[in-house]
Amino acid sequence: MTDFSQAFGVAFQLLIRGDDALYEIIFLSLRVSLTATLIACVIGLPLGAALATLSFRGKWLLTVVTNTLMGMPPVVLGLILYMALSNAGPFGWLQLLYTPGAMILAQTLLIIPIVTALTRQIIDDNWLDYREQLHSLCVPRFAAIQTLLWDTRASLLTVAMAGFARAISEVGAVIVVGGNINHLTRVMTTAIALETSKGELALALALGMVLLLISLMINASVLSAKGHTSR
Amino acid sequence: MISNVARLLASILLLVTTSTHGSDAILVQSTTSTANSGLYDFLLPVFRQHSGITVNVVAVGTGQAIRNARNCDADVLLVHAKEAEEQFVSDGYGVHRHDLMYNDFVIVGPSDDPGAIKGLSTSVAAFTAIASTRSLFASRGDNSGTHKKELSLWQNASIDAAADSGKWYRETGSGMGATMNTAVGMGAYTLTDRATWISFKNRQNHAVLFEGDSDLFNQYGVILVNQEKCPAVKSAQGQKFIDWLISSDGQQLIASYQVNGQQLFYPNAR
Repeated sequence: MTDFSQAFGVAFQLLIRGDDALYEIIFLSLRVSLTATLIACVIGLPLGAALATLSFRGKWLLTVVTNTLMGMPPVVLGLILYMALSNAGPFGWLQLLYTPGAMILAQTLLIIPIVTALTRQIIDDNWLDYREQLHSLCVPRFAAIQTLLWDTRASLLTVAMAGFARAISEVGAVIVVGGNINHLTRVMTTAIALETSKGELALALALGMVLLLISLMINASVLSAKGHTSR
Repeated sequence: MISNVARLLASILLLVTTSTHGSDAILVQSTTSTANSGLYDFLLPVFRQHSGITVNVVAVGTGQAIRNARNCDADVLLVHAKEAEEQFVSDGYGVHRHDLMYNDFVIVGPSDDPGAIKGLSTSVAAFTAIASTRSLFASRGDNSGTHKKELSLWQNASIDAAADSGKWYRETGSGMGATMNTAVGMGAYTLTDRATWISFKNRQNHAVLFEGDSDLFNQYGVILVNQEKCPAVKSAQGQKFIDWLISSDGQQLIASYQVNGQQLFYPNAR
């Protein structure tokens, strides 16, 4: 397999040469997936915590549904969003289809269930230890959730990273709602799909290596930051 | 706390919304061959300089491109399935169909040519040879322009290939590139347009084994999406793009595009 050894060379060249097109694609990938992760955390963390600490009718069902949605096939989500955002669909007036905004929306919806479900589990595990103490101090429920989220932040950072990993690695949703438009909605994964379809296997593999390298750098910096916060 | 949240939300909103189309950008739903062969990368910067209009291209199979355009998610449609294009226009979704350029389809396959199609004189003979030797054939199976052409060729040869689907006839349900990767991987024949073949890199032992029959003519057309059906269409800019493509400047530029020293598309707008 010459492609395989060739890919290392190509990946190295791409990074050294500082290819503008590549940087543009990397930047958009990061912008889309980091924004999606941020929004998903803003929504998913409190939602997961609420799901763990509050008791209400339908809680069990909601938990099962959330856990199930973790397995949402990206291409199905992409299709649903395409139909919604299309000019023939109910949200066509937003003019969001084939823009990075649509891609952010797709990835956000894709990872909210992951962030919510994992947060719920982590908070649930800690809730037993905290409940009595918080009760005896008469801490209101909202403040209790805040305390729990803060105290488990190291674990929740891993949750965010899991969401980010899913977002930056998926191709099925962004290629449908983004359209893989050059200089507008082309990200790492759609570029890899494109190069594969052109038979440029070495280049496609090289792009894959670059993507993993970026994920590695982000994970490394998060992990070292985590080392500091958890003392 | 509240102001922090507000700031966070504001910056998120900024990240999401700084991403809409430029006002002078048009969207083209296109077949893949014109994109994968690099034609757009060659043409569009010139057009942009000439007109100030940015052209965004979504490259999918012809079937999907037409469906997306029917949903009004396009200003211009550039595909290669004349009948379907004319249907698109007569259904009121397109303003007018222009011939743009042509090339031809070729049958590629493993160099050892298990169906012995090399040197045959007609596509009917070639497809009959593939079917009668039950040689592997990878079909797009995705309602694309190339797939439609392939189906019509089987029909000309009076062969019901779909009856053997999953046996020697393999429907990939994928794009041209993915189907060629599959064909190369399993040593199958496949039908492709010449532009995609010439610019395709993962050929390994595959080669063009049949070409030149007039049946294999491949006409590309370009259509402005009708504003009466789709009010959001940027008619003026879209028409400008089409006018430029079929002008002598655009046509000459198309003719001058080469990959590996070979011309990929032959302009024939009238």
